[in-house]
Amino acid sequence: MVFDRSDRPRLPTAIKILIAGGFGAGKTTLVGAVSETRPLRTEEVLTDRGVGVDDLSSVEAKRTTTVAMDFGRITLGDEYVLYLFGTPGQERFWFVWDELAEGSLGAVILADTRRLADCFPSVDYFERRGTPFVVAVNCFDGAPTFEVDEVRLALQLDPSVPIILCDARRRHSSREVLITLVKHSARLRAEPVG
Amino acid sequence: MTEEHWVDPEIVRPYVVTRGRTAPVHGKFDLISMAVSVGPPPGPEAGLDPEHHSILRLCREPKSVAEIAAHLDLPAGTIRVLLGDLFDRELVSAQEPQSEVDMRDMKMYRAVLDGLRSL
Repeated sequence: MVFDRSDRPRLPTAIKILIAGGFGAGKTTLVGAVSETRPLRTEEVLTDRGVGVDDLSSVEAKRTTTVAMDFGRITLGDEYVLYLFGTPGQERFWFVWDELAEGSLGAVILADTRRLADCFPSVDYFERRGTPFVVAVNCFDGAPTFEVDEVRLALQLDPSVPIILCDARRRHSSREVLITLVKHSARLRAEPVG
Repeated sequence: MTEEHWVDPEIVRPYVVTRGRTAPVHGKFDLISMAVSVGPPPGPEAGLDPEHHSILRLCREPKSVAEIAAHLDLPAGTIRVLLGDLFDRELVSAQEPQSEVDMRDMKMYRAVLDGLRSL
């Protein structure tokens, strides 16, 4: 256990990054590629009204839904722990996204070029929320290849939004995606870094 | 009503574990709120449930609410309630993330970048 001089437990600061994108775009694959353990899964029990999250007090009157989120952890020295959360795919879970996005460093939107339109809800969401994000084009075998400019045009992205090609299965490639996001977020919110 | 939600173990178990409580007595834990056990493990006289003890064992090293929930296979909402009990008895120290991370803090970005580059 970690103690400081006053003998009280010292806790690392937790930071989160969201991994968004359509179903099958490779969110959990990316989380697994860079995390220190296999992706973990956490669940929130929700009511069908989308309000009163975790409120089971009148469970008999409402339909309940379990929303599962895959996530991974990267310990960054003693001071910080980075959590990567795959966002739940269905749009009716926006309110779960709100909890995830609150206080996040930013988001990676994974794009599958076979289904680029799947990214639209995520792009809209993070633009509206003002959450820094990057688009990572997951280069699946046999998927149509696009130039970065074509993807930018198709998704109507602002020129300032970084777009990168990646292979979500590869640790190095997924790490580069995260580095691109952290630099972008720092540029928007703090000062430039090298 | 055609659906019998009361028999759904997914719902019933978390409800029983917290004895029907849905909000923690203390603290407002986020999915990434970190918790760590404090002091020696309490004995049976503490009157804690097995799940409380599991959390204390798991949190010998700092863990987030999401991690505790994943390891114990319980919904995050249930873990928040149980952590609140432990926090109330000063058996865990917990930290809320929002108050800690300043997204304008250059030092934080550098630390994250350095950490990622050394992966």
